[in-house]
Amino acid sequence: MTAGNLLRLGLLGLLLALVLRPDWFTPLFTPLAPAGGPVIYARSSLLSLSLSHLGLVALASVAATLVAVTLAIFVTRPVGASFLPLSRTITNIGQTFPPVAVLALAVPALGFGSGPTLVALFLYGLLPIFENAITALSTLPPATMEAARGMGLNRWQRLWRVELPLALPVILTGIRLSVVIALGTATIGSTVAARTLGEVIIAGLLTNNTAYVLQGGLIVGLFAVLIYDAMAQLERYLAARMGG
Amino acid sequence: MIEIDNITKIYDSARAVDGVSMTIDTGTITVIVGTSGSGKTTLLRLINRLEEPTSGEVRINGQSTLDVKPHILRRRIGYAIQGHGLFPHHTVARNIGAVPQLLGWSRDKIDARVDELLDLFSMAPQDFRNRYPSELSGGQQQRVGVARALASRPDLILMDEPFGALDPIIRTRAQEDLRRIQQALGSTIILVTHDMEEAIRLGDRVAVMDGGKLVQYATPADIITHPATDFVADMVGDVERPLRLLSLTPLADVIEDGHASGTPLPPDANLRDALSACLWTGRSAVPISDHGKVIGRVTLDAIRARAEVHA
Ligand SMILES: Nc1ncnc2c1ncn2[C@@H]1O[C@H](COP(=O)(O)OP(=O)(O)OP(=O)(O)O)[C@@H](O)[C@H]1O
Ligand SMILES: [Mg+2]
Repeated sequence: MTAGNLLRLGLLGLLLALVLRPDWFTPLFTPLAPAGGPVIYARSSLLSLSLSHLGLVALASVAATLVAVTLAIFVTRPVGASFLPLSRTITNIGQTFPPVAVLALAVPALGFGSGPTLVALFLYGLLPIFENAITALSTLPPATMEAARGMGLNRWQRLWRVELPLALPVILTGIRLSVVIALGTATIGSTVAARTLGEVIIAGLLTNNTAYVLQGGLIVGLFAVLIYDAMAQLERYLAARMGG
Repeated sequence: MIEIDNITKIYDSARAVDGVSMTIDTGTITVIVGTSGSGKTTLLRLINRLEEPTSGEVRINGQSTLDVKPHILRRRIGYAIQGHGLFPHHTVARNIGAVPQLLGWSRDKIDARVDELLDLFSMAPQDFRNRYPSELSGGQQQRVGVARALASRPDLILMDEPFGALDPIIRTRAQEDLRRIQQALGSTIILVTHDMEEAIRLGDRVAVMDGGKLVQYATPADIITHPATDFVADMVGDVERPLRLLSLTPLADVIEDGHASGTPLPPDANLRDALSACLWTGRSAVPISDHGKVIGRVTLDAIRARAEVHA
């Protein structure tokens, strides 16, 4: 087993222990908790918070991927080329708007709960995927595209069989960035009553309990590192197969 | 029969192809030769409508290519693109089988065809079938590109410098293979090259292009003996002329009775091979043998007579 795989396994073990057996860490966190106060977050199960957190991120990322890739396909076709600058501007503005403001604005419309968080995560996920998909789709090897046209593939066939598979590694990089951003951003969703791991961190902040903050932060961080790594490996595998 | 009728392609004021007309007989190899930028690739791409003509048209068996949907037209025309253009995410087998698959051939038929083509190009199927293009040498990639163009047995095949990346030995063999395959299938091939040697060796007819114009369209022998312009004469090369001419005549044409000593040559070798053999071994004649039986000889005098006719 390589050192990298050993490290991966170690981090995965740590994450599972933190989520499923938080009591094991009581001795470690006690010095950080207020004297006599609770050390381990127990108001709701860390497992169900984790699943809900990941679920929100997954839902928002799938939606952002669908929209961003569809948009990128459209603006890289001859018919959509004139929309390219406009769509770039819009997604860039989406990125500069602070997530907290998005939450605040979305609550009156969607109410408390997961809704506003999903909207915020979705908007923040768009840009990296969109930019990467545009880059990938507009820098395909010209000889391969010419051959695809030359053998009689129609537009759809070229898109599905050649363009998207070849663009996939770079699009995946965009998705990876956006998922990692979403994993972190989702924590603030707990300020508007979405069930995420942010709940643990916010509870820690409200009660001056550094142990809670660290516990929540560690779990979110480990999820981010492991998911990032898994997706990066998938990209490397796909890129290698395409002679990258 | 393919009729190219006064076809012109203008790119913002540059005339890439300028009023080219030529008629190509079914079942022949036509080689388009010219210097870089003379419009060879553009002419080829006008035939399968990867490029739309500014004026003029192409007719295949009397039907204008403008009457067919471009992607349908292209499925009937094999195209080996300059620099192979293989799909990097597909194996060799999937690359070669791409057009048959589009045409709805069965799995078994495609697999058999892929193996047959790999064999034809001297690439062992069990070694190469499942490789990705990045795992091939440049010459192997190019051969797979040509195999892909031949896969569905199209009646018309366009090839853009298909042998550019091959070393001289493999190149000669690939040219012979192509000749053999073309004669066996009776396909019509239009092949682009900038190598006059290749044009003369492969072409039933040679089309010489210069600055977008077709300057001569004739048999290889005519191109050598009666170059239409100085440019064509330059392409053929003064020094090379007699040798190129000799390379067009098979020994079978000038065989005579009589004895000669030394290693024999086969009747389908050409006069240039015989001349070379005479000079190298100091003989004044070489025996010709067909399947191990000596059937006559070719003399140095006969070779000289052939080369001097055009003085
Ligand atoms: N899409 C294009 N836009 C503008 N000019 C073009 C385009 N394609 C080709 N040309 C020009 O047309 C001329 C002919 O190009 P073409 O590719 O047909 O040459 P070629 O004979 O195939 O050259 P080579 O031997 O280098 O492949 C060149 O001057 C080239 O710059
Ligand atoms: Mg060219």
